[in-house]
Amino acid sequence: MKRLARLDTTAFVYIALVFVLIVSAILVATTGRSILSPGNIRDILTGMSVLGFVAIGQTLVILGASLDLSVPYVMSLASLIAAETMNGSSAMVLPAVLLTLGIAAAIGMANGLIVTVLGVHGFVATLGVGLILKGYLDTNYQGTAGSVPWSFQLFGATGIGPVPISTIVMLALAVLVAFILARTRFGHHLFAVGGNAEVARLSGVRERLPLIGAHIGSSVCAAIAGLLLASRLGVGSPTVGSQGSYDLLSIAAVVLGGTLLMGGRGSIWGTIGGVAIFAVLDNLMSVMQFNPFFKDVIRGLVIIIAVAVYARRRVVARRIRFAAGPAGPAVAVAAAPTGSDERSPR
Amino acid sequence: MNSLIRRAVDPRGAVVVLLAVILVAIVVLNPSFAEPGQLVRFIQRVAPIAIVAIGQYFVIVSGEFDLSMGALVTAQVVTSGYLIGQDPSKIAAVLTLMLILGVLVGVVNGLATTLLKVPSFIVTLGTMLIIHGAVMWWTGGAATGDPVDSFRQIGRGGIEDVPVLGQLPYGVLVLLVVIVAAIWLSRRPFGRTLVAIGDNAEAAAYAGTNVWRTKTLAFVISSLSATVAGVLLVGYAGVHPSVGQGYEFIAITAVVLGGVVLGGGRGTVFGALTGAFTLESLFTLLNFTAVPSTMRDAIQGVIIIAAVAYSGVVFAKRRSTTSTDDQNPGRAAADDENPTPGPTTTPTPTSARDSSPIHPSGDAVARD
Amino acid sequence: MKRSLRTAVGIAGAGALIALAGCTTDPSVEQAPEAGGEESASTEWFNQELYDKQFKEREVTPEGPEDKPYLQMINPEMQDTSEHASEGGKKVCFANASISNPWRQTGWITMNEQLKELKKGGVITEMETRDAQDNDDTQIADIDYFISEGNCDGFIISPNSTAAITPAVERACETGKPVIVFDRGVQTDCAVTFIHPIGGFAWGIDSAQFLIDNLNEGDKVVALRILPGVDVLEQRWAAAEKLFDEAGIEAVDYFTDADPAEIKKIVSDELAKGDVQGVWMDAGDGAVSAIEAFEDAGKDYPVMTGEDELSFLRKWKETEMTAIAPVYSNFQWRTPLLAAEMIFKGEEVPKEWVLPQSPITSEDLDDFLKRNEGMPDGHYAKFGGEDLPGYPQVWQDRVIP
Repeated sequence: MKRLARLDTTAFVYIALVFVLIVSAILVATTGRSILSPGNIRDILTGMSVLGFVAIGQTLVILGASLDLSVPYVMSLASLIAAETMNGSSAMVLPAVLLTLGIAAAIGMANGLIVTVLGVHGFVATLGVGLILKGYLDTNYQGTAGSVPWSFQLFGATGIGPVPISTIVMLALAVLVAFILARTRFGHHLFAVGGNAEVARLSGVRERLPLIGAHIGSSVCAAIAGLLLASRLGVGSPTVGSQGSYDLLSIAAVVLGGTLLMGGRGSIWGTIGGVAIFAVLDNLMSVMQFNPFFKDVIRGLVIIIAVAVYARRRVVARRIRFAAGPAGPAVAVAAAPTGSDERSPR
Repeated sequence: MNSLIRRAVDPRGAVVVLLAVILVAIVVLNPSFAEPGQLVRFIQRVAPIAIVAIGQYFVIVSGEFDLSMGALVTAQVVTSGYLIGQDPSKIAAVLTLMLILGVLVGVVNGLATTLLKVPSFIVTLGTMLIIHGAVMWWTGGAATGDPVDSFRQIGRGGIEDVPVLGQLPYGVLVLLVVIVAAIWLSRRPFGRTLVAIGDNAEAAAYAGTNVWRTKTLAFVISSLSATVAGVLLVGYAGVHPSVGQGYEFIAITAVVLGGVVLGGGRGTVFGALTGAFTLESLFTLLNFTAVPSTMRDAIQGVIIIAAVAYSGVVFAKRRSTTSTDDQNPGRAAADDENPTPGPTTTPTPTSARDSSPIHPSGDAVARD
Repeated sequence: MKRSLRTAVGIAGAGALIALAGCTTDPSVEQAPEAGGEESASTEWFNQELYDKQFKEREVTPEGPEDKPYLQMINPEMQDTSEHASEGGKKVCFANASISNPWRQTGWITMNEQLKELKKGGVITEMETRDAQDNDDTQIADIDYFISEGNCDGFIISPNSTAAITPAVERACETGKPVIVFDRGVQTDCAVTFIHPIGGFAWGIDSAQFLIDNLNEGDKVVALRILPGVDVLEQRWAAAEKLFDEAGIEAVDYFTDADPAEIKKIVSDELAKGDVQGVWMDAGDGAVSAIEAFEDAGKDYPVMTGEDELSFLRKWKETEMTAIAPVYSNFQWRTPLLAAEMIFKGEEVPKEWVLPQSPITSEDLDDFLKRNEGMPDGHYAKFGGEDLPGYPQVWQDRVIP
């Protein structure tokens, strides 16, 4: 892999990000402001945090060739469990966080088992689980509930200079997940299963475990996003997840980040780039006071155009797991689907 | 007899059984539902969803998604209210415009998916945002009222004084036309090619199929069906920015419930239709029972997972007993309705879907 | 992957360095003394005290100019604002929850026309708006952005939800600049004024009482509600449900997402089950499809409560059914800017500015229809912008900035 021989997709994502940043900087400057002012940086980074957490989890699932549409409801539920368990008491922060993550992991496990053991497509499985959670939330909560102590609110409101702690935690999680993907057997097997489940299975990978793990990861990441929201809102809210359409936006961010929707190829850092592109764009459109309906038009256009730019590139140029992996099967799998990809007609 | 049981156990048969059970339950709770007049009104109500589901079927069976349907329904509803207004002379022109808009959206979805190689999930997610945002922006929030009553009659009115039924809603007739057209299309080379592409695009391409043109046509059908549904809905319900909201998910749910496999290559028009009726009668049943309306979503969630899981398990079992049964029993039911071409009779590495339920979107090539 | 790992480690390292250099807590987030006050974790919407207050406010004759309802006040406790008085043109920053429904769109158009008018006066010279698109988290970020970058002389906030936006509103208050909250409330009284019509309970009382007066014990009412968990809507239902219970009216409630197709299906199914004598709605959009469900089923019109949305008023007029249109006064969108001007001038404003909220009855139906002739169906009759320069063209064309 000679570095510049073929620019990988993640690099491309960041080139796109830089392009968006430059355009934004110019346009923001026309309003007499600076895109680099502390408040603006904080606005962009805050916008990245919540979607970032969700998208990291979504990346895992998509790498495994599944989807997670239940994230908005997991987020709402997480914010409620956390806020109600804490109920204003600092002493309960840790138990509440652990309980929230535990319940999220159980939901993720359910998603994973439905997808793998029952053989239900991830789209349907997580849509169904999401609907079940929505029914639970709507039936049991008529509005915001619980309260988050001041100590936990700091998670959402503290910053190092203009950089919110939540963004740093999000990036730290990204480092962790990137490490897991690159260096652990789980990571290798997830890529393998996502790339081609059949080949992976024939190569001796237990195809169910990585995908169950990915779904657990996705739900846990969504729950962390929910915790962050609870921290920012000061309360738990049954609608906070669906308010942001984080399900579709996170999938869009992952694909915008160069991860293949059909699984097996992609990277966490691409996803972070995709999330950043959305955040910069949103910041720009808010500073420019665009009509909210028009904002959606722009978002839609950017999603299609940006993905079209890299989708037209040879699929093989996408970031695979590093070539010299320690596990034999992973290498075999990384190579397997490319054979067919390379002959794509255009 | 044996084959009857097998049909009922077959997922596609099972959804018919489920539909029958729900309908019986409705009738038990509310006997008047069984009166022909009521029943035909029920069909009128299901018509928009059934039409959208049939349109979505063509896209899904080719291995793609169309998430822009709901936004397009909304756009068509709003457009008709905004442009026709109270002037009946504009109906023909605006209807033409709406059809053109439908075709345009389908072509954009199709070409971006096939030629630009953007996954259809993303393309249609983008067009969903664009269509909805644009129509709201253009009409200033869709505040204009309903179009003229004569236009709304298509979705609201019907032929009066029909024996037995009383009124035969136009919506039912439109649905019938759509069903006939869809079944005809699915049996034409186009329909079979579409299934073949969904099954294995690479093989279909080698066999000389024009993949991009066929898929684009599927997206056009889907968008046109959303347009027709919009015309019916503006009559049935009137203009409001929330008409059509979530129809993409309802349509996909219905299609999946009817045994059409996400990822393509398997399913029938009849399945999509049954799925739509099952879903809508489920909602009706819940209206007739004292279930809190907040629990409706949860029940819907359980049912779709259960239905798809059931069909997955049955297919998996079928596959493992293939050698003892006839050559391809998993397809048996489908063949009655829509003979499925394609090479997937036995699990091979090129069609991962058949052997691996966790990878239903197929291998890389199927989505190309 | 190795390279990006290295980058990541680099970022993390840099982050740690900055952390060492100085950790800054957002100055605006402080440990609030938290004087108990309202229980923020209430999932039970019925509040007897508030119910009684709103019940009485319905009867009060508001103070202020009769032809300008948006300047009227109910039981005002005026307070001094001279600390905010100063010379020169001012910029206000408006954190809007959304313009995603016709009610908010109508108000937003009115607000912009009011702004144009006020600019001529030279006190308020600019308004910057951020729209949160119905998202709490976005709105919090919007308010934080205004605080640090907006260069604002005052804040107007239309909260997306009550409890969740409270901390952000408190932060805005801590800047020392005047904060005006309108529509939904927040759980802090730090704002200079909180502008709102009487409230959800009053809506519930007006509408439910009308149905009770026109129905008999044992009659059935179908309650069509938009969505759960929004306080102004939940309060409407909480009051109505209580009154229905007391009066022995059978009420079943459904959530409709304000989708007319959904509404029609629900009403049709209820009609198939048995007769329905009344329809109650927590917001009027989609009311027409509920009425059409009765028409299509060949049933008599119900006693109906809708809203002052024109589609409903017109249908009501056309069918001459027994109905009332409770109002969640749309003209409140004018008041915040007017209040801001008063505050910048140092004039007194009430701490809680309660605007009148009186339903449209069959007596004044014709009057409101006439006043809103030519307006689109999604327009709200009590928008209160008749004396603004853009009237009526801007509202007819739905010019949304």
